[in-house]
Amino acid sequence: MKKIYESAEAALVGVLQDGMLIAAGGFGLCGIPELLLEGIKQAGTKELTFASNNAGVDDFGIGILLQTRQVQKMISSYVGENAEFMRQYLSGELALEFNPQGTLAERMRAGGCGIPGFYTKTGVGTVIAEGKESKMFNGQEYILEQGIFADLSIVKAWKADDTGNLIFRKTARNFNPPAAMCGKICIAEVEEIVPRGSLDPDMIHLPGIYVHRIVQGDHEKRIEQRTVRERA
Amino acid sequence: MWDRNQMAARAADELQDGWYVNLGIGIPTLVANYVGDKDITLQSENGMLGMGPFPFEGDEDPDLINAGKQTITELSRTAYFDSATSFGMIRGGKIAAAILGAMEVAENGDLANWMIPGKLVKGMGGAMDLVAGVGRVVVVMDHTNKYGKSKVLKACTLPLTGKGVVDRIITNLGVLDVVEGGLRIVECAEGVTENELRAATEATIV
Repeated sequence: MKKIYESAEAALVGVLQDGMLIAAGGFGLCGIPELLLEGIKQAGTKELTFASNNAGVDDFGIGILLQTRQVQKMISSYVGENAEFMRQYLSGELALEFNPQGTLAERMRAGGCGIPGFYTKTGVGTVIAEGKESKMFNGQEYILEQGIFADLSIVKAWKADDTGNLIFRKTARNFNPPAAMCGKICIAEVEEIVPRGSLDPDMIHLPGIYVHRIVQGDHEKRIEQRTVRERA
Repeated sequence: MWDRNQMAARAADELQDGWYVNLGIGIPTLVANYVGDKDITLQSENGMLGMGPFPFEGDEDPDLINAGKQTITELSRTAYFDSATSFGMIRGGKIAAAILGAMEVAENGDLANWMIPGKLVKGMGGAMDLVAGVGRVVVVMDHTNKYGKSKVLKACTLPLTGKGVVDRIITNLGVLDVVEGGLRIVECAEGVTENELRAATEATIV
């Protein structure tokens, strides 16, 4: 089966639907599926729910889909870098579900592993625990969190082979593997597609079983906060 | 009274050789400058152990950032992993300590550092996971707010980040431990008397 598509737009054909739940990889602007987000913008799909750690900035990342009002709800841990997000949220146009970062990552991982719920001590005694089942284990309280089963996953990797085996680079890995795992269909955009056999099988970060479509493209890879030190 | 750097230096004394540690944003970040010869591995919860200093100008890598989204560098010991694995090691108690800032701490160890009702809420990020999961939670903050009101309280007024999670509080006025029945003074900052520390503290001191 051929997994390689010519462009992000082509890779998205037949998988987008209004009102769908999309899990997206990335942390801040690092390792985000920027080409697929642009493709979703072009496709004009509406009323989307995104499970994504962050919401991008105004003109990059998920922010571009906020500009076009394609997003109905965000499931995120931190959304502080996006003025348009805040405007839509405060005016009630956009729904927001805060998840602790580790809970969000584990919800994705669990969904991908067929686990509909898990107990965690993160958030016990806080607003996060409100309305959630709790249970004692060994004298400690835990709350029940649910796995995320996304309709679509969009992720960014460094390299892929044509079977969808993925390798990520440095901290751009972040939410990409768990996001990829929890979707019915996963599309990965990569910087390079290499010939089969050229990736060391012992060094694959995410096996191709999780990846259904692959697209190679040029990435802007914007830096959100450039910090440097003086040369001695 | 300690300044930011003195507070960071005092917080660095909390760290033991061989520990894996997570440092929060602000004064906690400065703690890295004071670990000396101790073998400390810094975790960045976006998926890295062995966080190095900021890069030299021109060496910035968009694929290499810390949890504050700042460009950083790797070390010879560095390992990368995904976010689920990262919070697995946090929740699983593998990280020995987290040093974090706070808006309020209460005498029962409750911590509030993520939202002020009525103000713009950005989210808790990884703070709730860290305080629930790591071995030891050390808070570094100013003892009072900008209106001179104590941030070391009988009970938190802001929404909690974690319940009963704080072990030690380091402020510009001194060091306090969360113990049975309240807080115990461990030490006073340079030039601060115990009476001054008590006067600036709303929480019960035992």
